[in-house]
Amino acid sequence: MINRRTTLRWLAAAPVASGLAAAVGLAAEPAVREIRISAKKFEFTPSSVTARVGEPVMLLLSSEDRIHGFKMPDFNLRTDIVPGVVTAVQLTPDRAGSFSYFCDIFCGDGHEDMGGTMLVEG
Amino acid sequence: MQTGYDRREFLRLGGIAGVAFASGLFPAAGGAQAQGSDFHFVQFSDTHWGYTGPANPDAAHTLEKAVETVNGLAAQPDFIVFTGDLTHTTDDPKERRARLKRFKEIVSALRVKDVRFMPGEHDASLDRGEAYKEFFGAPNYTFDHKGVHFIALDNVSDPAARVGDEQLAWLAADLKQRKPEDRIVVMTHRPLFDLYPSWDWATADGAKVMELLMPYRNVVVFYGHIHQEHHHVTGHIAHHAAQSLVFPLPAPGSQPRRAPLPFDAATPYRGLGTRDVAVGVASSYALKELPVAKA
Repeated sequence: MINRRTTLRWLAAAPVASGLAAAVGLAAEPAVREIRISAKKFEFTPSSVTARVGEPVMLLLSSEDRIHGFKMPDFNLRTDIVPGVVTAVQLTPDRAGSFSYFCDIFCGDGHEDMGGTMLVEG
Repeated sequence: MQTGYDRREFLRLGGIAGVAFASGLFPAAGGAQAQGSDFHFVQFSDTHWGYTGPANPDAAHTLEKAVETVNGLAAQPDFIVFTGDLTHTTDDPKERRARLKRFKEIVSALRVKDVRFMPGEHDASLDRGEAYKEFFGAPNYTFDHKGVHFIALDNVSDPAARVGDEQLAWLAADLKQRKPEDRIVVMTHRPLFDLYPSWDWATADGAKVMELLMPYRNVVVFYGHIHQEHHHVTGHIAHHAAQSLVFPLPAPGSQPRRAPLPFDAATPYRGLGTRDVAVGVASSYALKELPVAKA
């Protein structure tokens, strides 16, 4: 599922996922739930995902067309999403609620609507 | 005064929350008085020429009406600034240039000929400012007017909303030439502080800009992007966002998404307009929001 290219991209993303979202070795944590999110102008699919407080999840981000950004300010997460590369970022939500994610690299008329929501249950 | 405001009007403005900002609200940190000034300029922002949509069925004519209104001011401003999003974005480079050209033609009708432009992400983020520069030149620059130092900062040509290390170095070099008490006005498109990061109302490296500005006691920032009047203070530095000329956006976080406020045919220009900034002596700035068209 996760090839060398993915891992390299994940390593590159780890520093920006520091703080509340910490990256861990994939081989050492096989049980981490994966959430795949695909980006294209001007939407994320899915635009709504769920997680639980304290449950680590691995966001696997990909792009179908051009470079996009992925930003979740509430968890201090941001990374580029480059076509042809799966970007993996681990997140362990520490609180319940509804948290937005959005593209932060301007991508055209509709960019402002390109977002989604993570619902974190307690 | 040359501003068109007499003392009575200035005081009246002072009595209305949110429209007048004087040195008493933002005193100079070191007690030193800035160099005196007495003039006014007008800020246009977010004209989005080329937009078509339900949020403003009159978008093709709103800018022209605002130009007419400003041309009708009894006291013409010393100069006019446009703080970005001159045009609405398009993927087509030819159409982008056509919109920039038409925008330039419309604003050439302004009576005041000293007009300063800067880009917004709609003008510059898809081609890193290439088309914008063909029409308006460099996206960052400085100029001085009657003792006030103006700095135009570009936080949109990088599609990731970064000012960038090169421009930060340019800013640092410019600021080195200033004295701590000099009056400095920064003009930019996006907020330089984290106004509402969940709506991307921020500049990625805005904190680095603010760090460079902090040693200077008389700094004020005028910006656009958020399509509404908004006032904020970071330390001793005030930030004033302007209304747009296309459609208003909701107050930060007031609704789930930052969708344009719906058009109301009964009040077609509600939430739109330009702004007159009277630069007074002793670090005062009196802001007067101007409607699109005369009532």
